[in-house]
Amino acid sequence: MVEAKKVEYWRWPESVWVNPAIDWHKGKVITVGVDVGSVSSKCVVMVDGALYAYSSMRTGSDSPDSAWKVVNAALKDTGMTVNNFDYCIGTGYGRVNVPMAQQTITEIACHARGANWMYGPEVRTVMDMGGQDCKAIRCDDRGKVLKFMMNDKCAAGTGRGMEVFADLIRVPVWEIGSRSFQIDKEPPMISSTCVVFAKTEVVGLLQEGKPENEIMAAYCAAMAHRILELLNRLGVEDKFAITGGIAKNIGVVGRLEKELGKKTMEQVWVRPDMREAKIPFDTMIAGGIGAALFSQALLERGKVKSARKA
Amino acid sequence: MIFAGIDVGGKNIHIVITKNSTTLAKVGGPAGINKAEAAEKLYDEVLKRAGLKRGDVTRVVATGSSGSRVAFANGVIPDAAADARGVIQFIPSARTIIDVGGEEGRAIKISPEGKVLDFAINERCAAGTGTFVDTMARALEVPVEEMAKLSLKSTRSIPMNAQCAVFGESEVVSLIHQKTLKHDIARAVHDAIAGRIGSVARIVGLEKDVVMIGGVAKNAGFVESLKRAIGMDVEVPDDPDFVGALGAATAAAAGVLEEKVKAKVVEKEKIEEGKA
Repeated sequence: MVEAKKVEYWRWPESVWVNPAIDWHKGKVITVGVDVGSVSSKCVVMVDGALYAYSSMRTGSDSPDSAWKVVNAALKDTGMTVNNFDYCIGTGYGRVNVPMAQQTITEIACHARGANWMYGPEVRTVMDMGGQDCKAIRCDDRGKVLKFMMNDKCAAGTGRGMEVFADLIRVPVWEIGSRSFQIDKEPPMISSTCVVFAKTEVVGLLQEGKPENEIMAAYCAAMAHRILELLNRLGVEDKFAITGGIAKNIGVVGRLEKELGKKTMEQVWVRPDMREAKIPFDTMIAGGIGAALFSQALLERGKVKSARKA
Repeated sequence: MIFAGIDVGGKNIHIVITKNSTTLAKVGGPAGINKAEAAEKLYDEVLKRAGLKRGDVTRVVATGSSGSRVAFANGVIPDAAADARGVIQFIPSARTIIDVGGEEGRAIKISPEGKVLDFAINERCAAGTGTFVDTMARALEVPVEEMAKLSLKSTRSIPMNAQCAVFGESEVVSLIHQKTLKHDIARAVHDAIAGRIGSVARIVGLEKDVVMIGGVAKNAGFVESLKRAIGMDVEVPDDPDFVGALGAATAAAAGVLEEKVKAKVVEKEKIEEGKA
C-alpha cells in the first residue's frame, strides 16, 4: 500500500553554501560560529575574515547533535575538519552544548555584531525573530549592543507562531508572505494576540469562506503588530534592519514597515564585492556570522590562543 | 416566577432556569463560532426540557465573555458579579473565588454579602486556561477527561518551563521522547497552570474559604495542583461550570440587570529587558 507523503507546511528549506572563490588551504585564520537555536541551527565558517561557508538546518533533538549536523553540512566536500578551526564560538539557545566551541557568547551580542557586518555600520536597531523568540536590539556603529528587549515566553511574534499558522492553513510557510499581498483589499488583522486563540479565529474565517490569501494577510498583520509592541518599547532608531527567518516573510516585513512608518534596510550585503559575487544573503546566519567575527577579534587581540590541531 | 441565567463563555454556553431559587433545568453546550446562534438554540432546548416556552420566563440575565451577544437577554452582568452571586448562595463562607474556564482564568475577592471587592483576570492568553489542558491532552494523546485520573497517579513533580501553550506542547512532546511517564507529565501540566492561576489569585489576596468554579474545576487533578500551589484548601461546588449561569439567574430573580466591577487585567510579564 502506498502511503501519501505527509506534507510538512512548516518545514522551510535547509541550505548549505560554500564560497567557490576561496581556497581555505591558502588562508591563515579560520574562525567559526555555531548558532544552535531552538528551531534552527546555523554554522558559519570564515577564512581570514571572509565568508567561506555556511549551513542552516532544523535543530535536532539535542544541541550537540544539532551542532555536529550543521558543522558537518557546512564542511562537506571542502576537505576541512574541526581540527582546522583556529577558534570557534557557540551561541544561541543551545550554546552551552556546542562540543566544538572554545567558548560561548550570547545571541544578542552575536546578532548585533552579525547585523553590523551584513548590513553595515549604519544599522542602529536590529530585530531578530527566531524560532521561539523575538528580540529587538539597539546597537552602535560597531555592532556593540546598547540595550535590548526580548520575548521568549509567548509564541505570538515568534517563528513558531508562523509555523503553526502554516500548518493550520496548509500553505508552505515560505509562500505565505508573497501570497498575503495577492488580495483585493487589506482585511482587519486577527484580533487574538495568543497563537492558540488566533488559530480558532482563523478556523472561523475559513468556515466563513474568506479567501486564504486574505487570512494570511490578517495573520501577518497581527504578527507585525505584535513585533511593533516590542519595538516601540525599545524605541526604533534609524537605520533599522531585520535578521532571522522572519526577514524572508515579506507579508510581515511589509506590514511592519507600514505601521512603523519606516523602511527596513534592504536585504543585501553592504560590501559591493559580496554583492557582485552574488553570495546569497541569508538573514538567518547573522548570529553565526557574529560568533565567527568575535572568534577572529579575540584571536587578533591575543585574548585567546588558536585551537587549531591540523 | 421563572428566571433564566445564561453564561456565554469562550468555549461553552451554560444555561440555568430557576423558579423560587430552585433549578428547574440546566444545559451546557459548545459555543462554537457563531455564539449568538448557539445561545438561541441552546435556550430553546433547555426550555423544551423544562416544558416551558420563552414567554414563561420573566427575566433573562446573561454573563460570560460573549454575554452581550445574547439577543433575548434583558440584562448583562460581568462574570465576576455572576460568579459571586452564584457561589455565595451555596457557600456563604466563601471569600475568594477562582474561576477557570475555557479561555479565561480569574480570581475574585468577595464580601460576606457576595459583593465583588476586587478581581484579577488572565485573559487573551491560553496558558492558565482550560485550553492549555486541552492542548496538552492532545499532545499526550489522551481524552481531556482522562487528565485528572492520570495526574492523580503521579508521585513526583517535574518542572514545566514553558509559560505558553504552544511552547508547552513542544515541551510535552520532548518529555514523551525522553520516556517520561504520562501521569507525571499530566501532573506537570496541572502544576504549571495552577502556578499561573495562583499568581493571579495572589493579586486579589487569598482569603479562606477559597472556592473554585468553571469547567476546569471538574478536573480533580488540577484542583489538587491548585491546593498545592496556594497552600490552602479549595472547595468545589457541584456542577462548578454552571455556577456563573446560576449567578446570572439569581441576578434576574433580584431584578438586577447590570452591575459594574473594576478589573485588574494581569498582563503576564513576557518581555525581558536588558543592557549589553
